[in-house]
Amino acid sequence: MNTMRITFLGLVCSVLMVPAAFAGTLDTVKSQGFFNCGVSQGVPGFSNPDENGNWSGIDVDVCRAVSAAIFGDPDKVKYVPLTAKERFTALQAGEIDVLSRNTTWTLSRDAQIGLEFAGVNFYDGQGFMVRKDSGISSAMELDGASVCTNLGTTTELNMADFFRANGMAYEPVVFEKADEVVNAYDEGRCDTYTTDKSGLAAQRTKLADPNAHVVLPETISKEPLGPVVREGDGDWADIVRWSLNAMIEAEEFGLTQANAQTTCALTSNPVVARLCGKEGATGAGLNLGESWSYDIVTMVGNYGDVYEKHVGENTPVGLARAGSPNASYKNGGVLYAPPAR
Amino acid sequence: METDKSKIGNFIFNRSVQGVFYQLITLGLVALGIYYIVTNTARNMLERGLASGFHFLGVESQFDIGMTLIEYSPTSTYFDSFIVGLLNTLLVAGIGILFATIIGFTVGIMRLSSNWLIAKIAEAYVEILRNIPLLLQIFFWYFAVLRALPKPKQSLELYDSFFLNNRGLFIPDTVFGEGSSIIFYLLWLTIIISIGIFIWAKRRQNRTGERFPAFYVSTALILGTFFISLAATGFPVSFEYPELKGFNFKGGVKLIPELVALTFALAMYTASFIAEVVRGGIMAVSKGQTEAAKSVGLKQNLILRLIIIPQALRVIVPPLTNQYLNLTKNSSLAAAIAYPDLVLVFAGTALMQTGQAIEIIGMVMGVYLFLSLFTSVIMNLFNRFMKVDGER
Repeated sequence: MNTMRITFLGLVCSVLMVPAAFAGTLDTVKSQGFFNCGVSQGVPGFSNPDENGNWSGIDVDVCRAVSAAIFGDPDKVKYVPLTAKERFTALQAGEIDVLSRNTTWTLSRDAQIGLEFAGVNFYDGQGFMVRKDSGISSAMELDGASVCTNLGTTTELNMADFFRANGMAYEPVVFEKADEVVNAYDEGRCDTYTTDKSGLAAQRTKLADPNAHVVLPETISKEPLGPVVREGDGDWADIVRWSLNAMIEAEEFGLTQANAQTTCALTSNPVVARLCGKEGATGAGLNLGESWSYDIVTMVGNYGDVYEKHVGENTPVGLARAGSPNASYKNGGVLYAPPAR
Repeated sequence: METDKSKIGNFIFNRSVQGVFYQLITLGLVALGIYYIVTNTARNMLERGLASGFHFLGVESQFDIGMTLIEYSPTSTYFDSFIVGLLNTLLVAGIGILFATIIGFTVGIMRLSSNWLIAKIAEAYVEILRNIPLLLQIFFWYFAVLRALPKPKQSLELYDSFFLNNRGLFIPDTVFGEGSSIIFYLLWLTIIISIGIFIWAKRRQNRTGERFPAFYVSTALILGTFFISLAATGFPVSFEYPELKGFNFKGGVKLIPELVALTFALAMYTASFIAEVVRGGIMAVSKGQTEAAKSVGLKQNLILRLIIIPQALRVIVPPLTNQYLNLTKNSSLAAAIAYPDLVLVFAGTALMQTGQAIEIIGMVMGVYLFLSLFTSVIMNLFNRFMKVDGER
């Protein structure tokens, strides 16, 4: 009996011997042939599964870009759907290697909870959606309203700030899962539904009658959304950061998924030549092959390709890019990537 | 030398010495394991740049909570949010246990009825409710309740003071004015006197065999004193009525639909198990007891009260404790329908904002452990009180 107990204890101990640090994520990923990417449980345009379980969206394309950069194949990714509440724990515990799940970059997340943000792939802001027949035209008219939102988001804090700053009362109704928020709002539990404006546009498509609702003009917060990795593995963070930057820079220099092959063959522009992997040996510094950025553009697309495909005006989500912060800095937006050289 | 050796041998091969030795080793290994887990966790957290410690409890939470039993605002601390969540959990568990017990006992006794229809209705209740997952039942009651109720502007109302809509049930709040404290002192006094009457009546009956209607006398005493004192002080009680202002009702007491749906689902679900416990307890009392009671000439209701129920309770209480514990722990499903309980507020929002999972989950686990142990202690005391004299 005692020996059994001792063996059992030994077993428990060996199970608990988890690796102390996560340095060398790239080596692990390369040897296992894929990596785990944490995504949402379904936000159309950002990360959403189709009926066959294939994920798509601009958040998903960040992971596909990383996969293309490492493996020369955009599909060496295992997607792990997570609630807002689970996402950071999953990353800290090593269950996922990249978190690409419309996550807002804030100081406390960056500094306190062991995360490293690798950039911004969508500049968003929090807004309110109301029923058209409520006759409300401004968020300043929401005094005393019941507000439905999601647990575990910056949204909860922003709305508290907003109502407090404007001396208004409100009743927060906070759900764990996004689908229940939409459901409860649709059933009339709340006067308004608040989340990032891109989220409102995406979730609106799930309402019984999307046209009976309107998003109010106010944007009450800054929500820079981007991919996140664990703190403590700078090499891995670099790969994710520069995969995103390469997509943005490719667009800036006119390299698209459609023209990459021909442009790369003919180009005399040194920036484009570096993006095409013909000059500069950018891959060596990242421990990647020299065609890493070329693979991203040809297999996934540049930032503009990805944006228009998933959330642009011709999609059900329908978020106009021109005039928004997500336009390139050359067109008055704030999208700006450091040079890939 | 030889004697020394055999002494050592006797010592080593002594069974009780060996027993202590192995226990010490086991204890040492367990302590080592715990030490390893703690230090490893601390090192990992440090290496991954995770904040640790309980300093966060004194920091402003900066979020609001939909239903609070104490004063709370975004400038309150995380510790306040912990208390708010804890009280909300206790509220839903307390009301849930009360209703589950009432429904459970009723259904359990109904199942034993000789009336075919009543017995079958009770059986259907038990079989349907205990075989559907609780989470689904919570969703059902929540969305069924929401869908059935009107918008605030079309509220169902009663006497212009009770309002029901999809934001909740609004009832007038009683406000006790000046001079009302005497009423409460008198109320407490009469309750204490009533307890005295019960003890005296029991003693007198043991001594003389004469019965005294203690229940009716004390009820009359408490209610009578209450109303007389109310009238004597000139009714220093006023009501604050809920009023529709803007989106919602203001003033009065508000019961949010999440609380109603969660309490309802928990009570109905747990009642189906309690009903079976009650049925089992009553059936465990042998038929000879009833027959013997009849033969000494006891009336039907006295047989139930003096013979059957005390014996049945001995069988009922231990599994009933389990059901109470289950109900309390199941209340953590509140997060699914936005009822701000401990798990939603503290292990949800507060955890997300601070990222201090280990501390917060530890605290929440501690709370549930304490609540469960506390319930167990209370129920064990009750069980000891109920047990037949001379039994172990």
